[in-house]
Amino acid sequence: MAAVSFRDVRKSYTPELQVIHGVSMDIADGEFVVILGPSGCGKSTLLRMVAGLETITAGEISIGDRVVNQLEPKDRDIAMVFQNYALYPHMSVYDNMAYGLRIRGLSKAEIDARVQKAASILELGKFLERKPRALSGGQRQRVAMGRAIVREPQVFLFDEPLSNLDAKLRVQMRGELQSLHRRLGTTSLFVTHDQVEAMTLAQRMIVMNAGRAEQIGAPLEVYAKPATTFVASFIGSPPMNLIPREGKLLGVRPEHFEPCAPAEAQLTLDVDLVEPLGSDTLVYGHLGGDRDTRVAARLHSSVDARTGKLPLRYDRANVHWFDPQSGKRIET
Amino acid sequence: MVENRPWLTVLSHAVLILGVIAVAFPLYITFIASTLTLEQVMQVPMQLTPGDQLVQNYSQVLGGGTNTGSKAAVSNMLVNSLVMALAIPLGKIAISVISAFAIVYFRFPLRMFFFWMIFVTLMLPVEVRIIPTFKVIADLGMLNTYAGLTVPLIASATATFLFRQFFMTVPDELAEAARVDGASPMRFFWDVLLPLSKTTMAALFVIQFIYGWNQYLWPLLVTTDESMYTTVIGIKRMIVGGDAANEWNLIMATAILAMLPPALVVMLMQKWFVKGLVETEK
Repeated sequence: MAAVSFRDVRKSYTPELQVIHGVSMDIADGEFVVILGPSGCGKSTLLRMVAGLETITAGEISIGDRVVNQLEPKDRDIAMVFQNYALYPHMSVYDNMAYGLRIRGLSKAEIDARVQKAASILELGKFLERKPRALSGGQRQRVAMGRAIVREPQVFLFDEPLSNLDAKLRVQMRGELQSLHRRLGTTSLFVTHDQVEAMTLAQRMIVMNAGRAEQIGAPLEVYAKPATTFVASFIGSPPMNLIPREGKLLGVRPEHFEPCAPAEAQLTLDVDLVEPLGSDTLVYGHLGGDRDTRVAARLHSSVDARTGKLPLRYDRANVHWFDPQSGKRIET
Repeated sequence: MVENRPWLTVLSHAVLILGVIAVAFPLYITFIASTLTLEQVMQVPMQLTPGDQLVQNYSQVLGGGTNTGSKAAVSNMLVNSLVMALAIPLGKIAISVISAFAIVYFRFPLRMFFFWMIFVTLMLPVEVRIIPTFKVIADLGMLNTYAGLTVPLIASATATFLFRQFFMTVPDELAEAARVDGASPMRFFWDVLLPLSKTTMAALFVIQFIYGWNQYLWPLLVTTDESMYTTVIGIKRMIVGGDAANEWNLIMATAILAMLPPALVVMLMQKWFVKGLVETEK
């Protein structure tokens, strides 16, 4: 296992088209780090640069104490799990896992031991002789992980591995990934656009936007103190409300609103949409007189929410301020 | 389609039956003629039931050709045809799978230029370039050799193009996964790409086998020696002028022999052939 570090890593395809604008970060040995961002933000590119599938235009990536910029993927001691699994369709599950080991020239006994071990961890024992097309999506996903595990690499790289699974399976695999990481303790980099995956899996996360790392931190820290309006509006569902106030942007999470008497109201919502979720109720609407600012509030399900005027208040301790020009957080 | 219109069913069956007759009847005539004596064939109208000369006719052409026309043994021609029909598809597949691999998976200078150069040769079938090709083969002393028969027909853009299209549908991640697994490009080619191309190769093999077997113009030019005749050429050489002079029963037997191998290849490889054209295993 090894630490990974990025030193002002940049990527451009042409001088004009730069897709990664200098990312710096240190990932500790054994840490699980999630790279989160919308599609096209460069998160996969960053991961592929660690894997050695994309060249590094400027900066340095090191794994352990080696700078890997010029190394072939196979020499970087990494294993990658692809979004579409990329299993070899003509090989059995066993051969899929053993292929990389055979190329490295491991002995038959050693290969067998490693594959059997990975298969038992992932409960693939019954499927070893099957071809990938005879497996379900979740099983294929496990084979892809098994292929990574048998390599016993320094770093695991996951490129949106759960996005092809249905919602239920995704939750299950998320749990399995977590326990796998606890068990193996291998440094892991995980790319996703799904904030729930990021929040639940990450020890730390990088929120990326348009090739820049907007914020790096533990999930709850990022949630509690978003560094920019982008992070504030990307994380949380519904996202943080950003309300123009006194030349700044006031950020309030939907769950920090509570209904109150009209006299105590800090703002009044003109509710036009109510979404009862059972556990709680989401209400959406405009602020009185301000048609452009949409606000969402998460209310307890006991509140009788309906369209029309809704007076709301919030706790001053739970609000955030942002600079409307730079989008940066203003510490109070 | 679920339709219940009786007259339409009758009509469509009638059309199909007519079509089958149009295709099958000449074949039937050919077969019948090959079982008759020369006198029976010459009768007008020819009888439509098999005669008793089947073994006699076939063993004669296999052993020694016709009496009036070419006397080359058809068994030897069948071997020549087989060599040609095997060498062309195998050579084509071997060359084009490698060139398609280079064009799809490697970035080298003038890559697209070379691709288009290969593609342009589609416009130049053997018949168009036959005189210069003949000159080259003759100058190289390759007349009346297997090399002369096959090499000019092996260079082909069709197969390269087909493999290129297939490789482009193979997900990039597969190549990347192999790279991460430590496979060199040739290893990826051998371990992953070739097994995946099996069905495409089978389809190409069938098409090119028939193409090679049925070659007429090119073998006609480069073979002058009886021992190098292919079956199709053999048929031509058996026909020597006036209608009456030809031993049609023996010629028909040769035609049946010429038809059998391609039909066998198609029948035996039909499953693979269809798979290769419609299905990709990814």
